[in-house]
Amino acid sequence: MRFLASLRSGRDTVTGMIPGWVLAVVLIVFAVIFPYLVGSGSFLDASTQTLAYVIMALGLNIVVGFAGLLDLGYVAFYAIGAFVIGWFGSQQFPDVNGGKGIHILASDRATFQPKLSGGRLDIAGIHINFFIVLFIAMAITALWGVLLGAPTLRLRGDYLAIVTLAFGEIVPRVFENSTSGLFGIGSTDFSHGRQGITPIDKINLPWSHDLLYSDANLKPAYWVALGMVFFTIFVNRRLRDSRLGRAWIAVREDEVAAASMGINLVRTKLWAYAIGAAFGGFAGVFLGTYNNTVNVDQFEFGFSVFILAMVIVGGMGNIWGVIVGAVALSMMNRYGLPQLNSLSEPLGFDVTSISFGIFGFFLLIMMVLRPEGLIPSGRRRLELREAEIEGSEDTGAVGDMSQMYEVRQ
Amino acid sequence: MSDQQQSGGAAVASSPPVGETLMEVTGVSKVFGGLVAVNDVNFIVPRKAIVSLIGPNGAGKTTFFNCLTGLYRPTTGRVNFDGTDITAKRPDIVTQAGIARTFQNIKLFRTMTATENVEVGMHPRLRSRVTGMILRTPFVRREEKAARERAREILSSVGLKRMDELAMNLPYGDQRRLEIARALASEPKLLLLDEPTAGMNPQESEELRTLMERLRTEQDISILLIEHDMKVVMNVSDHITVLDHGEKIAEGSPQEVRQNPRVIEAYLGSQA
Repeated sequence: MRFLASLRSGRDTVTGMIPGWVLAVVLIVFAVIFPYLVGSGSFLDASTQTLAYVIMALGLNIVVGFAGLLDLGYVAFYAIGAFVIGWFGSQQFPDVNGGKGIHILASDRATFQPKLSGGRLDIAGIHINFFIVLFIAMAITALWGVLLGAPTLRLRGDYLAIVTLAFGEIVPRVFENSTSGLFGIGSTDFSHGRQGITPIDKINLPWSHDLLYSDANLKPAYWVALGMVFFTIFVNRRLRDSRLGRAWIAVREDEVAAASMGINLVRTKLWAYAIGAAFGGFAGVFLGTYNNTVNVDQFEFGFSVFILAMVIVGGMGNIWGVIVGAVALSMMNRYGLPQLNSLSEPLGFDVTSISFGIFGFFLLIMMVLRPEGLIPSGRRRLELREAEIEGSEDTGAVGDMSQMYEVRQ
Repeated sequence: MSDQQQSGGAAVASSPPVGETLMEVTGVSKVFGGLVAVNDVNFIVPRKAIVSLIGPNGAGKTTFFNCLTGLYRPTTGRVNFDGTDITAKRPDIVTQAGIARTFQNIKLFRTMTATENVEVGMHPRLRSRVTGMILRTPFVRREEKAARERAREILSSVGLKRMDELAMNLPYGDQRRLEIARALASEPKLLLLDEPTAGMNPQESEELRTLMERLRTEQDISILLIEHDMKVVMNVSDHITVLDHGEKIAEGSPQEVRQNPRVIEAYLGSQA
C-alpha cells in the first residue's frame, strides 16, 4: 500500500512538472510510431487486438464509470457489431440482388473476388466498405443498447447485473439459432450456426483497390484501430465535460436529487446505454474483419467480465485509467497466462482454461487493496472513501432511498 | 376522523391566503399501506408570497412536499400549478414546469464542486444536444460558458464564496446555501424549502430570511417553506398552514396561527 501511495505521489509530481498537452503529444506520437518499434510480428497483432479492447473498455466505461449502471452483458454489443460486418461484408447472403450481390466502395481484392470479370464486381453477398459499416454498426448497436437498456431502467444493483448478464447470454444464442430466419422471420441463414461467418471482407480505403494491410504487414490495421481509439477517446472526453456528462454523474450520485433537478432519468440512462453500446459495436466490426470470422464462440460471458475487469482495474470513470487497465489485462491475457501455463504444467492443469477465474481473482485483490482502480477518477476515489468512512450512515441512506424510491421514471 | 375534521372546522376559522393563485392543491392525500400520511389537504400558494408549512414531527410535511414535486404519487387529489395540472407528473417534469426544491436531509452531488452542482440545476434550461456536445459547436460553447457564469452569479447571490470547493467539503451552512442555489438555477416560479435553517446558527438563519425576502421582491419567486424555527416562520411568512397527523388543522396569518388553540394543543399537547 505504501508503494502504491508513493507511486501516486510520484505521478502527481511528474504530471505537475510537465503540462498535460505535452504528455498527450508524447503519448500520441509514441502510439503512432509504435509499429516501427516492434515490427510486424505477433506483438503488433496483440497490440492491435488490445486497441479494439481499449475501445470496448471505454464504451463500457460510459455505462459503468460515468452513469454508474452495472452491465454484465456488454459482449452482446460486440456480437451485434461483429454480425453487422458479417452480414454487410461477406458472402453470407448469396441470393441478394439475383446472386450478383451489392457492392458499395468495397474493392475486388477486399471481397475475395476470384477474377475480375470485365472490371465489374459481381461476387455474391452484400459488400459494403468497412468504414461505412463501422457507422452502420454504431447506429444499430446504439439502437439495441436502448432496447436492452429500457427494460432494466427500474432495476439497480444486483438485479441490474442479473438482467444484463442474461442479455449478454441471449444475444449470442439468438445469432447461433438464426440459421433459418432472424427472430423467426424469413428463412435466410443469418449466422451459419456454430460455424460462424467466414471469410469477412478485408479493409480497403474507399478510393483504393488495394488491401489496406496483409498478414505480412499489419501496421495499417494497427493504425486503423488506433484511429478508432482516438475517435473513441475524443467522444468520451467531449461527453464527459458536457451537460450530459454532468447529468450522468448526478444520476450516479443521487437519482432522487437528479430527478428533482429536472434531469430526465430515463433519457439520461438510455443515452449512456446507447453510446456505450455503440462503441461495443464499433470495436466489434473491427474485430470481425481483423479476425476474419464472426463466430458465436467468441461471445462468451467471460468476455463481458474481461472488459468489465479492464474498467474496474484501470479505474472506473477515468478515461486514462481505463486505457491502462485494458492494455494491462489484454497483454496479460495474451502473454501472462500462457507463461503461467508452463509453470502449472507439472500440476496437470491448463491455466488458460481457468483464465477468467484468474481475472476474477485479480478483481478480488483489487477490491481489497485498491477499489478505486490503478488510476482512479478523483470523484470515484472520493465516493469510495466516503462510503468507507460513513459505512454505518450509508445503510441508513439505503433505507431512506428505498422509501424515497417511489420516484417514478 | 371525520369527527375531528368537523370539530376542526368548527374550532378554527381558516382563512385562505389572498392574491393571484400560483399553485392550488385540492384534496391531496397520501396513504402508505394503512398509514394516512397526508389526509385531504387543500392548499393555495399565491404569487410572490412566502407560505409556511409547520407542524410537529411526523405531521406529514415532507410527504406533502414529495407529493407536490412528483417524488410520490398522491393517492387522491389534484395539484394545479400556474395553469397546468402537474398531479403525479414525474419529478423532472414538475421541475421544468417551474417548481424547485431543497431537501431536509441535504442531497447535494457530493463529489462535484459547488459550481458544478449549480450547473446540474440548470440542466432543464440548457439546450445543447448530444451531437452538439460531441462536436462542441459554437452554440454549445457559448451556452456552457454562459452557464458557468450564471452559476457563479447565483452562488454569490446566496452568499457562497468557495465556489470550486467540493460539495462534501463545505460546512453545513454552506451546503444548505448550495442546495438553494442549485434549486434557483432551474429558474423556478416556486421554491420549496424543506427545513433550510436546520443546523444553522442564528446569524445564518437571519441571512437566509433576508435572502428569501429578496428572492420574493427581486425575482418574484414564491416560497413554500417547511420550518421549525418559529422566529423565522413568524417573521418571514405571509401565510402559515399547520399540519398535524397529516391533516390541515389551521391556516392564516402568523398572528392568527399563533393564537389558534388547536395549534397550541398540537405543539404543546392537550391540557386536559
